[in-house]
Amino acid sequence: MRISALPREEYLLPGNAACHGCASSMCLRTVLKALGKNTVLIVPASCTSVYQGMFPNSAIAVPVFNTAFASAAATASGIKASLLQQGIDANVVVWAGDGGTYDIGLQALSGAAERNEDIIYICYNNEMYSNTGIQRSGATPYGAWTTTTWSGKKEHRKDVAELMMSHEVPYVATASAGYLADLYQKVKKAKKMEGFRYIEILSPCPPGWRYPMEKTVEIGKLAVETGMWILYEYEEGHFRLTGVSKAIAEGRRKMKDIGEYLFAQGRFAHLSDGDVVKIREYVEDRWRKLVKMESDMHAASAKFYV
Amino acid sequence: MKSNTTRAVRIITGNQAAALAAKNAKVRVVAAYPITPATPVVEELSKMVETGEMKAHFILVESEHSAMAACIGASAAGSRTFTATSSHGLAYMHELLHYATNARTPVVMAVANRAIGPGWNIWADLSDSISQRDTGWMQFYCSDNQEIYDTIIMAYRIAEHRDVLLPAMVCYDGFVLSHTAMPIEITDVNDFIDEYHPVWRLDFDEPSTHGNILPPDYFMELRREVCEAHERALKVMKEVEREFYEYSGRLTPLILEEYRLEDADVAMVTMGAISSEAKIAVDELRKRGVKAGLLRLKAFRPFPKQEVVEKLGSVEKVYVFDRSVSPGFDGQLFSELKAVLWDLRSPPEVYGRIVGLGGRDVTSRVFEKAVLGELDKKWVMEVIY
Ligand SMILES: Cc1ncc(C[n+]2csc(CCOP(=O)(O)OP(=O)(O)O)c2C)c(N)n1
Ligand code: SF4
Repeated sequence: MRISALPREEYLLPGNAACHGCASSMCLRTVLKALGKNTVLIVPASCTSVYQGMFPNSAIAVPVFNTAFASAAATASGIKASLLQQGIDANVVVWAGDGGTYDIGLQALSGAAERNEDIIYICYNNEMYSNTGIQRSGATPYGAWTTTTWSGKKEHRKDVAELMMSHEVPYVATASAGYLADLYQKVKKAKKMEGFRYIEILSPCPPGWRYPMEKTVEIGKLAVETGMWILYEYEEGHFRLTGVSKAIAEGRRKMKDIGEYLFAQGRFAHLSDGDVVKIREYVEDRWRKLVKMESDMHAASAKFYV
Repeated sequence: MKSNTTRAVRIITGNQAAALAAKNAKVRVVAAYPITPATPVVEELSKMVETGEMKAHFILVESEHSAMAACIGASAAGSRTFTATSSHGLAYMHELLHYATNARTPVVMAVANRAIGPGWNIWADLSDSISQRDTGWMQFYCSDNQEIYDTIIMAYRIAEHRDVLLPAMVCYDGFVLSHTAMPIEITDVNDFIDEYHPVWRLDFDEPSTHGNILPPDYFMELRREVCEAHERALKVMKEVEREFYEYSGRLTPLILEEYRLEDADVAMVTMGAISSEAKIAVDELRKRGVKAGLLRLKAFRPFPKQEVVEKLGSVEKVYVFDRSVSPGFDGQLFSELKAVLWDLRSPPEVYGRIVGLGGRDVTSRVFEKAVLGELDKKWVMEVIY
């Protein structure tokens, strides 16, 4: 699918307050095209609370309910329950940053996932708290500079998409701002399903990641091409790599060196050779783990059919 | 009283009364999390929803923070919502309590009052809800189980009134009321309270954004609106109280209750379950020739300033009993009373006593002795039988 084939309807209007080159707003625009008008968006404190615009204006052309930082999944559960009681059929969709997902909102997210609430939870992961001015989050990768990790973060990131798979919800997918058509299709698929659906988008952020604004799509692609970000889908218990990640796993494409991704961004400029080795090992381990997960899945289903 | 009003007398606990009230008030979304002594409300509701006795959606959230967030979401989307909690659970909700107010979602919540630790103390103490005083919730303090049932039902009529649109908590002393069974009338309230008619609904054709950035040019208006809604609520409370009386035959006060206050020289002021003991003390004191009376405050927010001044304007002395305390200052009810009486040309002498924290027994003898001047310290530590 080509980007030019996306629907023309716009639900994220021009004139919003996102930075130039903001992946989050670009992805929200795409996500809303896939969801359509019959959608209510739940937004916890984040950059989106700001770039949607100031009262009495709003740049989002579907109903939006802004909620407290920790409360996105719980608020969405309440809205869904109310709509069910009233017999109203609509997409109830959380749009949250990684802070609202990985950190303060994790408890509510886990609760809603475990209850299999009939909602779509989308995390745009810019790997830090942007709203408050670039602080570390649980999604910040090892080595990255933020205003609370001045000499680089000392820990690897955690992985909430994997955590959602271990909650065994009906659908988990990862996407990247580098591949909007892929994102669109994943949201379309999620929309047709029932129960708890989780989509996490790698969402580069020029001021936070320290790269020129026109490079957002390129960085979003590089993350996947270097294995730093892996595209996959987990659907009713089945895991599979998708897009460029799948092509790499099948040997149709060569994985690029991690340095290409890291040194395109100022937040990694200070990394030592040792740091790069550490990140490379982490990326390779994770890559092997997910590739194995997919092949184990194939092996298991093959046995099943014998 | 309407002739078609059916009522049955049942012997039930305060918690059961709260759950039944929520069911009969046509609550359609419940989100709640267990905590002693409010847990039985949660259990009772989940059972009623599961058996189909109550037509509602029960969200079994993972915390009180989420319980309130879910109630706010459901309320904003157009449903009547309910939750129940206590103590640490209420404290945990704090952020969302403010949220419910500014979002103008008329959520109603039962609060079984309990102390906040450490050390862990599960017994009666009003500190949990009093310390949520400034969140903008209306607060009602009950003194028996009938009141819990009636007040929760009336609370929806007030909270959802177009002139009000504020959340409300209906508070009752943990264990003393929450776990004590008393006979109460379960009036069928079908004709007293309708299905919820929300002021706004999610509109997909004319979408609007709720709760985005509100700059200084608008924020003060929003806050003043909330305060004016509190003032209007007092009037609505009087109407609803009257209407409920006509409907059920019970005059369940929403603002205050007075006992032998007309000709009193000395007034005691209380809230919650200890008021029953204070009434006994009034009778005892009168037997001894002391012209005592009682003013029980039912509404703490909005605070009925005018009504309190009218009731206490002509007494000589006022003793305020707080089952809560603001460390660094005094009992909160005491402070409010003094502030209100200051408006009088010649205000009465006002004394404050801290009683019954963390479930310590408060007997009629405590009130008697305080009024007789035999307990002349702020802190009443003694349990006097
Ligand atoms: C309880 C609470 N703590 C802190 C904040 C301040 N705060 C607002 S947004 C934010 C960070 C949001 O980060 P993220 O979810 O990653 O979204 P982003 O800003 O990156 O879009 C913080 C810390 C808040 N609003 N509420
Ligand atoms: S700070 Fe980053 S995430 Fe926030 S609006 Fe700007 S580019 Fe987007």
